Amino acid sequence: MAKVIVVTSGKGGVGKTTTSASFSTGLAMRGNRTVVIDFDVGLRNLDLIMGCERRVVYDIINVINDEISLKQALIKDKNCDNLYILPASQTRDKDALNIEGVERILNELKETFDYIVCDSPAGIEFGAFMAMYFADEALIVTNPEVSSVRDSDRILGILAAKSKRAVEGREPVREHLLVTRYDPKRANAREMMSVADIQEILRIPLLGVIPESVSVLQASNSGMPVIHMEKSDVAEAYRDLVGRFIGDDLPIRFVDEEKLGFLKRLLGGR
Amino acid sequence: MSIMTSAEPAFKIKTGHLPLLQLHILTTEMTKLKKQLTERLSQTPDFFANTPVVLELTAIAGLGAGIDFRELVSFMLKRGMCAAGVIGGSDAQRAAAVKAGLGLFSDVPAVNARRRAEDQSFSVTGHYAPASAAEIELPPVVAETLAPQEGALPAQVLRPTMVIDKPVRTGQRIYAEGANLVVLAIVNAGAELIADGDIHVYAAMRGRAIAGARGNETARIFVHGLEAELLSIAGCFKVFEDGIPQNVRGLPAYIHLEGSRLVILPMLH
Repeated sequence: MAKVIVVTSGKGGVGKTTTSASFSTGLAMRGNRTVVIDFDVGLRNLDLIMGCERRVVYDIINVINDEISLKQALIKDKNCDNLYILPASQTRDKDALNIEGVERILNELKETFDYIVCDSPAGIEFGAFMAMYFADEALIVTNPEVSSVRDSDRILGILAAKSKRAVEGREPVREHLLVTRYDPKRANAREMMSVADIQEILRIPLLGVIPESVSVLQASNSGMPVIHMEKSDVAEAYRDLVGRFIGDDLPIRFVDEEKLGFLKRLLGGR
Repeated sequence: MSIMTSAEPAFKIKTGHLPLLQLHILTTEMTKLKKQLTERLSQTPDFFANTPVVLELTAIAGLGAGIDFRELVSFMLKRGMCAAGVIGGSDAQRAAAVKAGLGLFSDVPAVNARRRAEDQSFSVTGHYAPASAAEIELPPVVAETLAPQEGALPAQVLRPTMVIDKPVRTGQRIYAEGANLVVLAIVNAGAELIADGDIHVYAAMRGRAIAGARGNETARIFVHGLEAELLSIAGCFKVFEDGIPQNVRGLPAYIHLEGSRLVILPMLH
């Protein structure tokens, strides 16, 4: 049974699109037929992160308006055979989405794919609502700071009240917490919230922690999901995240300060 | 005849004891009344939503001057108050009210004696004592004062307690209309609990708690971990700009009203 997963946060700039790209890539790398949909109509970004922006001809709005078939709009990922991207429209706005159209697309995708990842726009308006409405599971992307946590809390409230599952009184959307841009050193120095602080407020199960790293920006600029980066702790953290999501029993890493080796300490390494 | 007997009944007439708000009119000076009403309502603009309100005229019965009810009714309606009728007042005032399309509530002998007894009992139990179940339960006399009678408390608790067992998250607003509210999970910053009766939170309370929302001054708030942004009982509210007092911060606490003062007491075991 295909699963619809929304990647959402309320707040902008916390790493939703980065996560959508790497999470869907990770699912595909593990052999799952995966499609990732950009719901940020008007601010098309996912295709840039995935490095397929030059291959975008049609988009989700064309499919909703029945101008083309779904197949024509899907872009095959350049790195993974199992991964497809459904881009957002750059020229339209969120009002071009509608509930019937989105449902039709998702139902059609469910016939072919194992996982449908919905990259939500920021905010709590119609675009974000459309991205989450049909979700079975939700990845709540949160940065370790109060405003991001507050916005995630708001999104969780909306998921619990307005998602299709909630409206129909079915089993609620399964919620997962993903803390991104985490710096254990600064958390220990109380300069940012700790994972425990965040969980204390949001009270949902932790699925992963992605450390703060320069490799995210490098990956974005080169149009490659960061999960592909060699020797990057971010890539490892995203692979862990995917593993845990599909049932691997992996400990959460990158939450403790890196211990300096004996030599480094001796040499005053920092 | 045959048509009438075979037809489904089109209506029923039943008596109902409904909670009603009373607006006690203390002056016949319309400008003064309007000004103060506007000021009061500007603090809680969404409080009234086409809520029926009874105009209580006892205080102005002795005054010769009348009231332009038509003007007052339309003024109130613009602010969400739907004038349902009048109670008390002089014969002339009541006649004027009828002309303006308002209903007349009969002057039932007040339940003042009973109320006084209740007030006394509150002054004893109102001060902090570990909240026993008996205390939280409403005494039967409260239920009897529900009818819109002279001297009745406005909008007393009537409905079954509302119980919320999931986290109340930022932006969510829960209103226990005419009821007590019990929350078994956390209430996060930016969330709002409103009850016409008491509010109980058996977890960390970080949002706003508004008990006795329709003026029930005996309403109380019980929280397991006090981290609230705002506490209010019957319109008397408190915010914590300088943080919550050390002796109750994050701890079980009990909040009630003494006169117009909101009192927060630690729950000691």
